[in-house]
Amino acid sequence: MTEFASGTLTGKNLHLSFGHNHVLRGIDLHVEKGTTASVIGPSGSGKSTLLRVMNRLIEPDQGDILLDGRSVLKDNPDELRQRIGMVFQQFNLFPHKTVVDNVSLALRKLRKLSKEQARAEALEQLDLVGLKHKADARPANLSGGQQQRVAIARALAMKPEVMFFDEATSALDPELVKGVLALMTDLAKGGMTMVVVTHEMGFSRNVSDTVTFMDAGVVVESGPPEQVFTAPRTDRLKGFLSDVL
Amino acid sequence: MDLLDQLADTFFNWEEMAKVIPALLMVGLPNTLILAVASGILGSVLGLALAMMGISRNAGARWVARIYTDIFRGLPAILVILVIGIGLSPIAREITGSRNPYPLGILALTLIAAAYIGEIFRSGIQSVEKGQLEASRALGFSYGSSMRLVVVPQGIRRVLPALVNQFISLLKDSSLVFMLGLAASDREIFRIGNDAMANTGNLSPLVAAGVLYLILTVPLTHFVNFIDNRLRTGKPEKKEPDELAAPIGKGAQA
Repeated sequence: MTEFASGTLTGKNLHLSFGHNHVLRGIDLHVEKGTTASVIGPSGSGKSTLLRVMNRLIEPDQGDILLDGRSVLKDNPDELRQRIGMVFQQFNLFPHKTVVDNVSLALRKLRKLSKEQARAEALEQLDLVGLKHKADARPANLSGGQQQRVAIARALAMKPEVMFFDEATSALDPELVKGVLALMTDLAKGGMTMVVVTHEMGFSRNVSDTVTFMDAGVVVESGPPEQVFTAPRTDRLKGFLSDVL
Repeated sequence: MDLLDQLADTFFNWEEMAKVIPALLMVGLPNTLILAVASGILGSVLGLALAMMGISRNAGARWVARIYTDIFRGLPAILVILVIGIGLSPIAREITGSRNPYPLGILALTLIAAAYIGEIFRSGIQSVEKGQLEASRALGFSYGSSMRLVVVPQGIRRVLPALVNQFISLLKDSSLVFMLGLAASDREIFRIGNDAMANTGNLSPLVAAGVLYLILTVPLTHFVNFIDNRLRTGKPEKKEPDELAAPIGKGAQA
């Protein structure tokens, strides 16, 4: 894996409400440069919303977001999102564009690279995820696992400082999960700063540096994986772990 | 037999048809195409603007688009053409110095087409999954760029069949500008057939005009079916070399 321009990401006391629904109730999350933080918890606990707030797809009602120690809430949100790559549960590749165009689009339009240069860089990223040979295929002709790897390449092409994964393997057939998890593990080992919302407890336990357990919009417990998985302190985490393990 | 002969003469008098065909092709056809294509293009541009307003987060913009669409979709085309063509002619004369109602005919057709095309675009754009906008924004694209590069192209693709249907309708409705009293060189297919019918008292010129409309519209309807099919089933897929090579390789080894 190549070198990453990793950064340290911090969310402080983040609050968000949709009407009367208080989705995030003062979340703190700190991800040290080059480490992987996984976020686990039952559905509806606010994990995916937390990711969207931390890259400002949704603006928080209260709290602060810091990248390398500097608040980014006053920055242009579009520029912030160029620094934070995101991978989605449903891949969300652009179906009207070829695989290589999916990866090169932001390089051309946002990084202002020439068509040839953007294509060359996109092919390089596709090579890293093992899909260079599919460059000119349409996303619809790829398997779910391949689509997700292209989505990862698309995010990586922007050379982000942090990568978000929002249940990146939840929509995949079981036999396709492995390839995507292996790629995510490579990224983590390669020094990428990552926030991984996941139901894959194996990944959370074995790959991430810290685990954060969320429930009902609050962080219930967080710590190194050994502590969270082998010595849960709260009943809520104990209950969750006994349900999923 | 007399009756049949009479009917044949009324509808299929070749002599009368032959007389009108040069004017139909040289004057009527280009004018019909200019009216339909110009208002089709302008209507699509205005329609896209209406669609963007219709899905805007700005309530005022949505409101304007809604009212515009209700009015121009709710009125008979002929009424709009007359009101615009006659009502705006003093202003048009002021601006262009010309009494020619032809541009006003295009304007009226454009305004009507935009209301329908706007609704077609809006439904298409709204049918694109929310994740597409989200993924584009997550890459760092602004709302506007995301719509332009990712969402709108997909939305338009999905409604191409409906859009071509709208162009067919526009091609036929362009005949209504005859109401504005165009100069001889500006007359479109229907008006030329109609004039020839009035002069000769024979319907055959109008039948010839009808055939010319069908020559234009029938291929378009089949084109709709073609793209509809293509959109549903996709391009016939090419087998990739390595997928083919694998079984061949195995066969060779066995």
